[in-house]
Amino acid sequence: MFDRRLIQNFDWILLVLLLLLAAISILNLYSATYPIRDVGGSQVFIKQIYWFLIGFTVLLLMTTFNYYALERLAYPAYFFTIALLVAVLFLGKVTSGSQRWLSLGPLSFQPSEAAKITLVIVLAKFFSERGGNQVYRLRDLWQPFVLIGIPGFLILREPDLGTALLLVVVSLSVIVFARVKWQSLVILVMSLPSVAPFIWINLKEYQQMRILTFLRPDMDPLGSGYHINQSKIAIGSGQFWGKGFLEGTQTRLHFLPEQHTDFAFSVLAEEWGFVGSVFLLLLYLFLILWGLNIAKSSKDKFGSIMAIGIVSIVFWEVVINVGMVTGLLPVVGIPLLLFSYGGSSLISTMAAMGLLMNISMRRFMFQ
Amino acid sequence: MRTSDFDPVSMEIFNKQLKTVTLLVLVVFGVLILRLWFLQVVRGSTYRAKSENNRIHLQDISPFRGMIFDRNEEMLVGNRPSYDLYVIPEEVQNRKELMANLNRMVTLEPELAEQRLAGPYFKYPFRPICLKRDISRNELAVIETHRFNLPGVMIKVRPQRHYICGTLASHLLGYLGEISETQLRSGQYPDKKAGDLIGKSGVELKWQPFLNGMRGGEQVEVDAAGRKIQTISLKPPIPGFNVHLTIDKALQALTEKALQDKSGAIVAINPNNGEILALASSPPFDPNLFISGIDEATWQEIASSKDFPLQNRALSAQYPPGSVFKIITALAGLEDGVIDPEKEMVCNGRYLFGGHKYHCWKRHGHGQVNLHRALVESCDIYFYKVGKKLGIDRIVHYAKRFGLGKMTGFDVCQEKAGLIPTRDWKLKKLAVPWQAGETISMSIGQSFLLVTPIQMVTLISAVFNGGVLYRPQVTRWIGKTGTEKVHEFVPRVTGRLKIREDNMELVRRALVDVVNGPSGTGCRAKLKDVTVAGKTGTAQVVSFQKERDLYNGGEVPRKFRDHAWFVAVAPADRPGIAVAIVVEHGGHGGTTAAPIAKQIIHAYLGDS
Repeated sequence: MFDRRLIQNFDWILLVLLLLLAAISILNLYSATYPIRDVGGSQVFIKQIYWFLIGFTVLLLMTTFNYYALERLAYPAYFFTIALLVAVLFLGKVTSGSQRWLSLGPLSFQPSEAAKITLVIVLAKFFSERGGNQVYRLRDLWQPFVLIGIPGFLILREPDLGTALLLVVVSLSVIVFARVKWQSLVILVMSLPSVAPFIWINLKEYQQMRILTFLRPDMDPLGSGYHINQSKIAIGSGQFWGKGFLEGTQTRLHFLPEQHTDFAFSVLAEEWGFVGSVFLLLLYLFLILWGLNIAKSSKDKFGSIMAIGIVSIVFWEVVINVGMVTGLLPVVGIPLLLFSYGGSSLISTMAAMGLLMNISMRRFMFQ
Repeated sequence: MRTSDFDPVSMEIFNKQLKTVTLLVLVVFGVLILRLWFLQVVRGSTYRAKSENNRIHLQDISPFRGMIFDRNEEMLVGNRPSYDLYVIPEEVQNRKELMANLNRMVTLEPELAEQRLAGPYFKYPFRPICLKRDISRNELAVIETHRFNLPGVMIKVRPQRHYICGTLASHLLGYLGEISETQLRSGQYPDKKAGDLIGKSGVELKWQPFLNGMRGGEQVEVDAAGRKIQTISLKPPIPGFNVHLTIDKALQALTEKALQDKSGAIVAINPNNGEILALASSPPFDPNLFISGIDEATWQEIASSKDFPLQNRALSAQYPPGSVFKIITALAGLEDGVIDPEKEMVCNGRYLFGGHKYHCWKRHGHGQVNLHRALVESCDIYFYKVGKKLGIDRIVHYAKRFGLGKMTGFDVCQEKAGLIPTRDWKLKKLAVPWQAGETISMSIGQSFLLVTPIQMVTLISAVFNGGVLYRPQVTRWIGKTGTEKVHEFVPRVTGRLKIREDNMELVRRALVDVVNGPSGTGCRAKLKDVTVAGKTGTAQVVSFQKERDLYNGGEVPRKFRDHAWFVAVAPADRPGIAVAIVVEHGGHGGTTAAPIAKQIIHAYLGDS
């Protein structure tokens, strides 16, 4: 029987937030790829419109079933993504030195995007099954660490340092939220430097170089060092009100690197100024707070922790990207979710949003 | 109730934690907004000024291409500074006026320059466009004095490839050219951009990855005229590796001089390891011409010349071996017991077979000849008879043992395989069965046989070095500046003749007398202090005696004259150098090629 309450409880706020972000994203992509002197127009923003249409369809599909079903599907889904991550190492397309994409006919996608979501689901299952108000010690957590370690290692091998790092940060946030004994937390943080040399010697030379330039961009003066300089000029030159739509000189003259993907935020900041960029940040902030609210109103632990995990993905991706383009954090090459161009990341984000909406719609249900 | 549903206690803890998280999120977003405030409001006007006048550019720093040295560490190829003329499109105020001004100061190709300025390069208005490479000192001086009237013009200094000795060893060294679209897209040159130069032939092509080095670059702040104000950060380029060759510059120069105004090739190697001492192909070309972008007319002249200056004749020109091939016919006959070295045969200048008359080069014949005399005086009739007894298949078998019909494996340049005709080959190629008469011609090195000079020098080396075929090589080692070796190339054996030593000795003694005997055909290669051994050859260009007879007594036109061959080794008992020489349309090997061999051997061994 179809439950009328599902319609009544439909999360219009979440939907409106997402539609707003989509509109701004497309407008911004139109500008970021606007041709400089009538030399062949770009179709990037049109493609992104299609991706959003597919994305919203995926979102609606993700609300059609009761998310409780995911408790049973958690491990199968998790192992399926692990299999995809292994496959990508052998069959993946090699683009600019790393193997991240898996092709299915004309379509290709990044399994690492799916890994973020399935990892959040298994972690939610793990912590929701543990009784009451337990405070975890390190030895209780070996299972989650293995669950994180496998996909983390596989993504690191692609190599995709940024996504691997993101995966670890997101899952650690979920674990910390699940309440870890503070002594254990201290031990965990302290033990990281002692593991590092072991990982370090197992890396190839070029991977070590990547980590070094990640930590110190000035070691790569012609790459990220230059990018950050130009990005800061773009953002700063927007001043309070911005230069106006299609008026960003940094963007027009291609001084910005990857301006429709990783540095899309800089385009917005240049053309819409402080007002525009803060508006966008507030939209993300509102999305996060609304997500936390969904976590709060869910009546079961599984849904709550899953919502926390999804919110944590949004939070970290926004912080890492905006931190990167404003020169606060090193350049890791993580796009701004729901905003940068890219189908694979958009679809998986929309799937996560659909899950969040699923949890939200069923917040008043008891079974 | 499901197991995972909240109980009231954990619900309370959960809500408390949510409050903490919310606070953390607000703090972090606060930091981001503060950062934006700092960039866009506090420092906003500074950044606005920077963006309106964006003067931070990336500039490439080309690496030094590795140098090339000869065996005595004398430099053959290096680098010199080149001054290149660039224009930054966005900073040009009046394009027409600028072009007119520049045209007065520099010889430009106006259409090409105009095209470059107007093309799709305009997508990146601040990216400098190269108008002319390697302008002269005078042009540079004029431009520098008028810099203030030439907004947007800049000069970049770049190391330019310099072939110090011009045409010397041009075929071995090769030349550079702009990377092609296909090569760029192939992904094999990750460091390269359109317009970059890469090796197109010879050593430059073969060792391109080593010679190339790694591009560097710098982030610089420049003023309105494109001049550097300061370097913001720098990545130094890594120079390429140096290549050390086996050739001897002096000997190389000598061989090229010997071929001056002639077409042909000379290869001199160390017969004990296959190292090339000199390799000349004539006519030569000047690789310096290709670097600064060769103009259309010069290119046409080089590419369409009937003399094919770009072809490396030592490796890829194929000629019939002529009488040099008698070495193989003789050894085959001895090994298979067809020849009794002491038994004499009669040569009266003609040999009748299958209704066709085969001539000896000596019209009235040699009279009674044994193997020794047949080789020394290069009697054709003697070898016709040996060839007839051997048959085509056995001749082919021995020719292949000497490495003919396949590439020698020379390390840097493209080579041809030559041709050893077989029954199958002829049936397939010409759809006609093998004729017994063709065996007769083949036994003196004519018919369909084709060989390259490098195959010939490998052959004569093997006869004198104990029967070893070495892969000819010109690269000794590749290394960094100084003497640190990255790669060292050791001699490689590609085959052994496996011929009985007494038979070899018979042939070797005959070859010594070719040069030193009273009636030897190669007597013009004779030296006082050194025993030279060798064999002459004459490769027919016109194959029928009738046609030759037309010019009998008169001057034969050059294009119908035979190619002259000479192969030699010295000293015969302890070989130090082997030489193969071919002079196109040079007539008799003994007349044209043998004196050149003498010169080369004398220069190499004479002083030591």
